[in-house]
Amino acid sequence: MEIMIEVRIHGRGGQGNVLAANLLAAAAFEEGRFSQSFPNFGAERRGAPVTAFVRLAGRPLQRHCQVLHPDCLIVQDDSLLHQPGITAGLKAGGAVLVNSRKEAGQLHIEGDYRVVAIPATDLAQEILGRPIPNTALVSAFAVLTGLVTPASVVRVLAHRFSGNILDANRQLVERASGMVEAGAWRVEA
Amino acid sequence: MKLQVLEGSQAVAQAVGLCRPQVIAAYPITPQTHIVERLSKLVADKQLECEYISVESEFSAASVVLGAAASGVRAYTATSSQGILLMSEVLYNIAGLRIPAVLTCANRAVSAPLSIWNDQQDSMAVRDSGWIQLYCASNQEAVDTSIQAFRIAERCEVPVMVCIDGFVLTHTQEPVSLPVQEQVDGFLPPYAFERSLDTASPVSHGMLVTPDYFAEVRHAHHQAMLKALSVIEEVDAEWAAISGRHCGGLVEVSGPADAEICILAMGSVLGTLYDAAEEFPELPPVRIIKLRSFRPFPVEAMQKAVKGLKELVVLERALSPGAGGIVAAEVRAALSELKQPPRVHAVAAGLGGRDIPLSIYGRLIELTKSKHAERFSIIDVDVSKLADEDR
Repeated sequence: MEIMIEVRIHGRGGQGNVLAANLLAAAAFEEGRFSQSFPNFGAERRGAPVTAFVRLAGRPLQRHCQVLHPDCLIVQDDSLLHQPGITAGLKAGGAVLVNSRKEAGQLHIEGDYRVVAIPATDLAQEILGRPIPNTALVSAFAVLTGLVTPASVVRVLAHRFSGNILDANRQLVERASGMVEAGAWRVEA
Repeated sequence: MKLQVLEGSQAVAQAVGLCRPQVIAAYPITPQTHIVERLSKLVADKQLECEYISVESEFSAASVVLGAAASGVRAYTATSSQGILLMSEVLYNIAGLRIPAVLTCANRAVSAPLSIWNDQQDSMAVRDSGWIQLYCASNQEAVDTSIQAFRIAERCEVPVMVCIDGFVLTHTQEPVSLPVQEQVDGFLPPYAFERSLDTASPVSHGMLVTPDYFAEVRHAHHQAMLKALSVIEEVDAEWAAISGRHCGGLVEVSGPADAEICILAMGSVLGTLYDAAEEFPELPPVRIIKLRSFRPFPVEAMQKAVKGLKELVVLERALSPGAGGIVAAEVRAALSELKQPPRVHAVAAGLGGRDIPLSIYGRLIELTKSKHAERFSIIDVDVSKLADEDR
């Protein structure tokens, strides 16, 4: 992968936004890619809109500046779509993955973007018993872009979880991965 | 020593843990907190044999470190911003007593106005306290410099402050390589302090010094700092022999040898400048100077680093209101001895957490075309946000 992919993750404080960024970056790293993830440094409060960023590249990343023009967005809460400027800086033709019960077409995201929606909170609630959408979204994103395999996502989760919790997370990764079209957002190497 | 992805703070904490500090005293403050949080966990999990002392203020944290290091154990603390200001009286004491200790400064702006975000005003505020100050450009450098810091401090009997940009480095997860314990053990001998406080062989520290000796103590401290210049380079080379990684010694020069324009900076902005140089090949060739050691200030290395240059832009993340650039003033002084010094332009950027984007690179080059050298400006200030009288 010669080109660099930049992702901006929108969420609310408490939804595991930074963890989502770190999970995606670590999973890509597992596969030999260089990665960087960081929060939009702020005074985070539970429920407040927050953002985090991921960079993936085929060679070491030296820059330490913010992501101004992401290739993709992951939106952990569809109520955030009402925020003005949620797609600010997103590249033309960019991709948006939204956690929503609605169909992508019903989300009314204006602009030249590819949009996919999955009900990540419901899925997490069903499998983990907790309304944390981040792992399901990262898994779906991995499969859509083909940048990361679900197996790598599970390997990273295995650093943090074990036993029943890891099993449930593995199930969550599989189910979320199956909800989207593999390679639909494939990034050419 | 394979690469792993780690948050900057976690990486620094792991590196400090490998140095086997025997006393850690700290008080939490954003954005430093994750470092000591991780260290306290290492101690609680019995992965690090160390006395971890939770204190009620940064003044106490520094005081505990002073006492511990003076009594003959390796001691460490970390802080930021208001925390380092509250420590400042003790920082002068630690340095003045020539006690080796290591402090990580997760660089953050200083109040008022209140800001939790990054700039380097905090460590600049204590630049004259007599501590060695090393600035890190990446989390890998933060790891390697943290380990080198104990060696430098103990060899020079001068405390070392490792400065890493708060949030920009501390909260960024990126690949780093951590050494294994045996490598650090081989590099860092057990702490030994000749003047340690010992009831079997009593000595005193911090006694009243009359005018008969005060200047001599200061002179000796200054000489020790100047001697540290070569120690910093030696230790970097010694660590490179073990780890395979250099941090750049005192100053590190990169870019085309025939460049006439140069940008000098300290800390995490350097990576952005390196990437920008590749992103904008249409721009004129630029030499980039990474200033790693701000104290001691490497005058001779600086003079060598600017050979052949016509224009030098000093980019810094702090300022001295009423004077301008702090780093730039020292660079200008150092270069004033040269027959044909480059013009020096002084700018600040990235204050209080403002992002320094790749595009700053072109703006800095543009600055060098002006008729007069830039005496000082905050290059990313938005004057439209200011009242007319403040512009």
